[in-house]
Amino acid sequence: MSMQQRFDDSPMVRPSRRDGSAEPLVRFDQVTKRYGSLTVLDQLNLEVSPGEKVAIIGPSGSGKSTLLRALMTLETIDDGVIEVDGEPLTHMPTAGGHLIPANARHQRRIRGRIGMVFQSFNLFPHMNALQNVIEAPVQVLGMSKAEASQRGEELLAMVGLEDKLGHYPAQLSGGQQQRVAIARALAMRPKVMLFDEVTSALDPELCGEVLNVIRQLGEAHNLTMLMVTHQMGFAREFADRVCFFYKGRIHEQGTPEELFGNPREERTQAFLSAVNEAH
Amino acid sequence: MGELLPLMLQGAWVTLQITFWASLLAIACAVLGALGRLSPFAPLRWFSITYIEVFRGTSLLVQLFWLYFVLPMPPFHVELSAFSVAVLGLGLHIGAYGAEVMRGAIRSVAPGQYEASLALNMTPLTRFRRIILPQALLAAIPPGTNLLIELLKNTSLVSLITLSDLAFRARQLDQATFMTLEIFGLTLVLYFLMAQAINLAMRLVERRLGRGRIKGGLA
Ligand SMILES: Nc1ncnc2c1ncn2[C@@H]1O[C@H](COP(=O)(O)OP(=O)(O)OP(=O)(O)O)[C@@H](O)[C@H]1O
Ligand SMILES: [Mg+2]
Repeated sequence: MSMQQRFDDSPMVRPSRRDGSAEPLVRFDQVTKRYGSLTVLDQLNLEVSPGEKVAIIGPSGSGKSTLLRALMTLETIDDGVIEVDGEPLTHMPTAGGHLIPANARHQRRIRGRIGMVFQSFNLFPHMNALQNVIEAPVQVLGMSKAEASQRGEELLAMVGLEDKLGHYPAQLSGGQQQRVAIARALAMRPKVMLFDEVTSALDPELCGEVLNVIRQLGEAHNLTMLMVTHQMGFAREFADRVCFFYKGRIHEQGTPEELFGNPREERTQAFLSAVNEAH
Repeated sequence: MGELLPLMLQGAWVTLQITFWASLLAIACAVLGALGRLSPFAPLRWFSITYIEVFRGTSLLVQLFWLYFVLPMPPFHVELSAFSVAVLGLGLHIGAYGAEVMRGAIRSVAPGQYEASLALNMTPLTRFRRIILPQALLAAIPPGTNLLIELLKNTSLVSLITLSDLAFRARQLDQATFMTLEIFGLTLVLYFLMAQAINLAMRLVERRLGRGRIKGGLA
């Protein structure tokens, strides 16, 4: 299950992409994002294999959220290519093989492979837990209400909220709201799930229940996950790989044992010791 | 007094009907006007801005006169019944104010709601219809209630385009009977009751839209 093993399984030279075996599910290729003169993602490269759990850590403002938001198409990028399952997200190939900016239809097709959970939950306040979960399957996937409800109930049971189906977000604790948000994202059957500091808005005693759900998700499903987190303990136990972000680039990455146990870069060491001190 | 009441109630009924239909039109104009103003498509934006500014910037009475007296003439040749003109004029007029209220209400919906909708791959139409609009309508209810009561009060102008509304009946009966105090007292009560009906209806809508949310609409 370790990174080492994963690497051993795949030859060093990339197999011809057509055979598909080592095709990354998500690929950032020289992705750059700027806000005015501020470069937030700086020619960033990242490949995530199917089923891989990647934790993203790093100082505030280093571009961690921007990475997830660009992948979710909540932000445009200024340069480079993002691919999901071998297809570019913001561009599409013409018949002649050229890449042109993607139209809405192409973007929606690719975006459907990605789900996201936000720090601030962002549940729909006018819908109860079950309605929150079935809204997109019914409206976007065209699922029947009965089918969506049945799946919705299963998903809410999976996150431990089978007795809260009719509760509105205002009637749920933060931890419960976040679990509804996870169920809501899963209801769209994404291949990749993005978690952006999903426990940061929660009281410490409520973090555990959300992390448990994520942990369980990782074990039960072959779901690919990208997770921005400040909880080093969780990253260490859960992730296959940890990426340390610094100034819009991946400054250092490796297995949790490597990165936490034996960081090579000075920045990484400084960041980790600062985090340790804070706890 | 016994003979007065039926005529007064007839007038109140006219007022009520105009208020009802004009309110529906005003709400539709408010939503569409706000959407137009927020549209990324420039011609739509200009069209909405023109509508809003023209109908807010000129007097309702003149608008009614235009619709009733000017439109039938060349080059327009559009002849509308007095009732249609009343509904159209009041609806468009209050709708222009409503559009600004709705615009504010739409913008008050948290950005996270847009982001969550996008992450769930909703089309812009689904997002607006199912996520943004219900929340914006809730936020628009308090100022919207004021506007609808304003609309009710403005209906008294329709007697100037020949409709026999409540205010018109009151003046007519006053001149015929000189029971000034009784007639205008009753008029006051009837207007007040209608305003309270609007209040109540809006409160019910608020309760429906705000179900499960902390009172005041902020969850
Ligand atoms: N809409 C925006 N306009 C201008 N600058 C922005 C915008 N969004 C983000 N930034 C800037 O981009 C940089 C990276 O932001 P990002 O949210 O990706 O950081 P982060 O690594 O997630 O930080 P944190 O740990 O605090 O969440 C920050 O300096 C931020 O101020
Ligand atoms: Mg962030």
